[in-house]
Amino acid sequence: MSSLDSKIPNGPIEKKWTDHKNHMKLVAPNNRPKIDVIVIGTGLAGASTAASLGEMGYNVKSFCFQDSPRRAHSIAAQGGINASKNYQNDGDSTYRLFYDTIKGGDYRSREANVYRLAEVSTNIIDQCVAQGVPFAREYGGLLDNRSFGGVQVRRTFYAAGQTGQQLLLGAYSALSRQIGLGRVKMYNRHEMMDVVKVDGKARGIIARNLVTGEIERHSAHAVVIASGGYGNVYFLSTNAMGSNVSAAWKIHKRGAHFANPCYVQIHPTCIPVHGTNQSKLTLMSESLRNSGRIWVPKKKEDAVAIREGKMQPTDIAEENRDYYLERRYPAFGNLVPRDVASRAAKERCDEGYGIEANNTNEGVYLDFASEIRSKGKQVAYAKGDHDPSDEKIIKLGKEWIEEKYGNLFQMYQQITDQNPYETPMKIYPAVHYTMGGVWVDYNLQSTIPGCFVAGEANFSDHGANRLGASALMQGLADGYFVLPYTIANYLANDIRTGSIPTDTKEFDEAEAEVKSSIDNLLAVQGSKSVDSFHKKLGLIMWNKVGMSRSEAGLKDAISELRTLREDFYKDVFIPGTANEMNAELEKALRVADLLELGQLMALDSLNRDESCGGHFREEYQDKEGETLRDDENFKYVAAWEYKDRDAKNSVLHKEELVYESIKIAERNYK
Amino acid sequence: MASKFINITLKVWRQKSAGTKGNLETYKLDKVSTDSSFLEMLDQLNEQLIQAKKEPVAFDHDCREGICGSCSLYINGRAHGPQKHTTTCQLHMRSFKDGDTIYIEPWRSKAFPIIKDLVVDRSAFDRIQQSGGFVSVNTSGNTMDANAIPIPKADADSAFEAAACIGCGACVASCKNSSAMLFVGAKVSQYSLLPQGQVESKDRVQNMVRQMDEEGFGNCTNTGACEIECPKGISLENIARMNREFLKSNLSSEK
Ligand SMILES: Cc1cc2nc3c(=O)[nH]c(=O)nc-3n(C[C@H](O)[C@H](O)[C@H](O)COP(=O)(O)OP(=O)(O)OC[C@H]3O[C@@H](n4cnc5c(N)ncnc54)[C@H](O)[C@@H]3O)c2cc1C
Ligand code: SF4
Ligand code: FES
Repeated sequence: MSSLDSKIPNGPIEKKWTDHKNHMKLVAPNNRPKIDVIVIGTGLAGASTAASLGEMGYNVKSFCFQDSPRRAHSIAAQGGINASKNYQNDGDSTYRLFYDTIKGGDYRSREANVYRLAEVSTNIIDQCVAQGVPFAREYGGLLDNRSFGGVQVRRTFYAAGQTGQQLLLGAYSALSRQIGLGRVKMYNRHEMMDVVKVDGKARGIIARNLVTGEIERHSAHAVVIASGGYGNVYFLSTNAMGSNVSAAWKIHKRGAHFANPCYVQIHPTCIPVHGTNQSKLTLMSESLRNSGRIWVPKKKEDAVAIREGKMQPTDIAEENRDYYLERRYPAFGNLVPRDVASRAAKERCDEGYGIEANNTNEGVYLDFASEIRSKGKQVAYAKGDHDPSDEKIIKLGKEWIEEKYGNLFQMYQQITDQNPYETPMKIYPAVHYTMGGVWVDYNLQSTIPGCFVAGEANFSDHGANRLGASALMQGLADGYFVLPYTIANYLANDIRTGSIPTDTKEFDEAEAEVKSSIDNLLAVQGSKSVDSFHKKLGLIMWNKVGMSRSEAGLKDAISELRTLREDFYKDVFIPGTANEMNAELEKALRVADLLELGQLMALDSLNRDESCGGHFREEYQDKEGETLRDDENFKYVAAWEYKDRDAKNSVLHKEELVYESIKIAERNYK
Repeated sequence: MASKFINITLKVWRQKSAGTKGNLETYKLDKVSTDSSFLEMLDQLNEQLIQAKKEPVAFDHDCREGICGSCSLYINGRAHGPQKHTTTCQLHMRSFKDGDTIYIEPWRSKAFPIIKDLVVDRSAFDRIQQSGGFVSVNTSGNTMDANAIPIPKADADSAFEAAACIGCGACVASCKNSSAMLFVGAKVSQYSLLPQGQVESKDRVQNMVRQMDEEGFGNCTNTGACEIECPKGISLENIARMNREFLKSNLSSEK
């Protein structure tokens, strides 16, 4: 009875994409300039889409809310990007990357999409190198790789701890070239406020110029949403301050189903919370788990002494440390997937072994001492010194660490005022990435015809948990190698349409709605700041829809969020007017959408009576605290249809997941 | 890290919009945690202003991790404040003392007009990039294998160091001539150090320098303030490298 058609091509999995490409419709080069495409977002997904479509000859309009496309949140990605190049000769292949991703996602993603992702992964690296992206290299001049969690091969390409920056600047350079050539028109400091539908199809947007406040109409034959993830619903997260759900939420309200909102990734290695004025949390890249060992004291009294400042981590003898990941998961050790590592940290801290002196005592150690010694020795040997002194070993080891992770160590020291070369880092899990997002079919088209969704904004490839270094891969795969084909297939029917007029009743209505929603918020003139509501929202979400969820907690959350939302519309205070640069107004419009989304996340969590990946329901765990999945009843994508502001009225549509190429199994990292 | 609280006085540049006149306003802010970042301190000021039904201070920011290049600010006469190799968002209040007065102003440069309060328009940087800061390679699944051309590690590392520029504009703001040479030099250097950048090297440097001049950035007189204030440690060597590239391209285009 499902209304969802995932449009997965027939045939064996390794042929699906090639066959599909061979049979899709094309738009001839002379027709492309007659076709307009709007792309929302200039992160990896959006910039790569806009650049590629521009190169092909379409008329592209590209939007971002920052002052430059180069500042999209992708810039902050640290650790790396995966590709099954098998340059390290450790048995990697398309199939293995595909398998690892499906298993990492706890068997909750769509096989055909994930296979395609693995298949195009190698093209991404070729493309980026050709653009002049300076990846890390070995002494022989070839590309270097590192390992990330949940895999047993080295397939992650990187540029120190700034991989996202280098990849985004690569995509931005391709985009800039098209802007210079006049094929892409760039709208910086513009925010999409709504999508406009004509005859059921996406045909344009309403945007707000963030400098003047002017409301603008833009039409196109297709609209691509690449607006990033919704982790900021928790207020504190590793996302940039401006990251938000609004573009995705606006299309959801106009008919695009929203899938698996409950799948949120809590990243195990972030700097712990320090105070109430804190505005965001900072990630310490997963790549550090290649070199760091995670531990807490074995004895509770030692943990207490550390929190009270009476003892230092270096005072604790080796035998009194609990390297709990190595203990519980010997096969993967410190490199278990993120969800597993995060829960294990929470378990130790809940039991009273946390080492951070904050309100909740939540923090564990990430220790580089062993790696400094072992790498120092290796380097000394490589330099021909077979009997290095202790001092020399430590010095060389620290230099090795600095080369690999220098910027991360520096960032840690700036934030915490502690030197991680001398004392272990303190870390704790934090909200990081959202696997859920707008439901799309195999062509990345949402349930609104002509509205495509790419990158973190869609739900498509990571199931219930994303593996490290796979988001960058997905963003670029979508933009460089998938959408240019699938959009053309859609646009082939529009070569005779002509440009879409904006002086129609559809645009009139959409614009009027946007204006009245702005006026309504400004008219409240209540007593509380937007941030105060955002912080309350975040607290409810973290405590009840966070790392560990229960039926009772989720039900509470749904009603608390309802009250909070009602309060927001009665008591928020926004200074200034609509006709100027107004950061409070921008935030208010985004928080309004996050308030609705939060409730849907709680509802989706409540619906999913199982534990899988990042979604952990206390009722569904085994004796050792491992997740209990229920494949019989929940092997489906939950795609929600919007009805009204209160999520309880949303309608659930199920897309059954079919596994033909991979045998569904228990997810075991022991 | 035992957190402390300090009381401070702020002198902040307020300017309603591009065309209007601005001035420094004085604000008192109490109980600022020394663990707060500089921008968290401004959040606190804004919360205080909002509670008093006044307009908060506008400033650019996004990642708050020192990588997006959004944040700016002239703090006590220095771009990104007193700490070396640190963006404003990574600057922490432990760098200040109880009772301090802190001056906060926007970047000042003809090429970066003020939009509101502390927010300036840096789109000139984008236009320089659009004039030549790229390798002209189209998207295709069939570019050559990434390992087909080995690149000496030292070159790859230097290219990376140049490419680490975050486009914040501190170099321009701290230069008495408002020169953008460090920013442009870093981009030109990245490509000139890599084999992929060679084919277009002459046009690239010519076009980027022309655009830079058109945007109204000043000349470089080798004072070196940019290198000192650059939060990412982009070195003056990049300017020297660009100058060499530029000379080379002049010589060969005269042929
Ligand atoms: C600190 C950190 C480190 C990470 N490290 C890694 C890593 O090492 N490897 C990895 O694979 N992944 C990593 N990730 C995840 C990865 O960075 C993101 O998932 C990915 O970059 C998202 O890219 P995107 O293009 O989908 O969206 P984004 O980069 O978030 O871009 C969103 C764009 O949409 C625009 N936008 C949004 N809403 C609107 C609107 N209404 N109107 C106009 N424009 C709008 C924004 O301006 C922006 O340009 C990391 C994430 C974080 C937070
Ligand atoms: S060179 Fe340095 S100061 Fe100038 S824009 Fe780049 S990072 Fe900022
Ligand atoms: S806010 Fe991104 S660099 Fe400061």
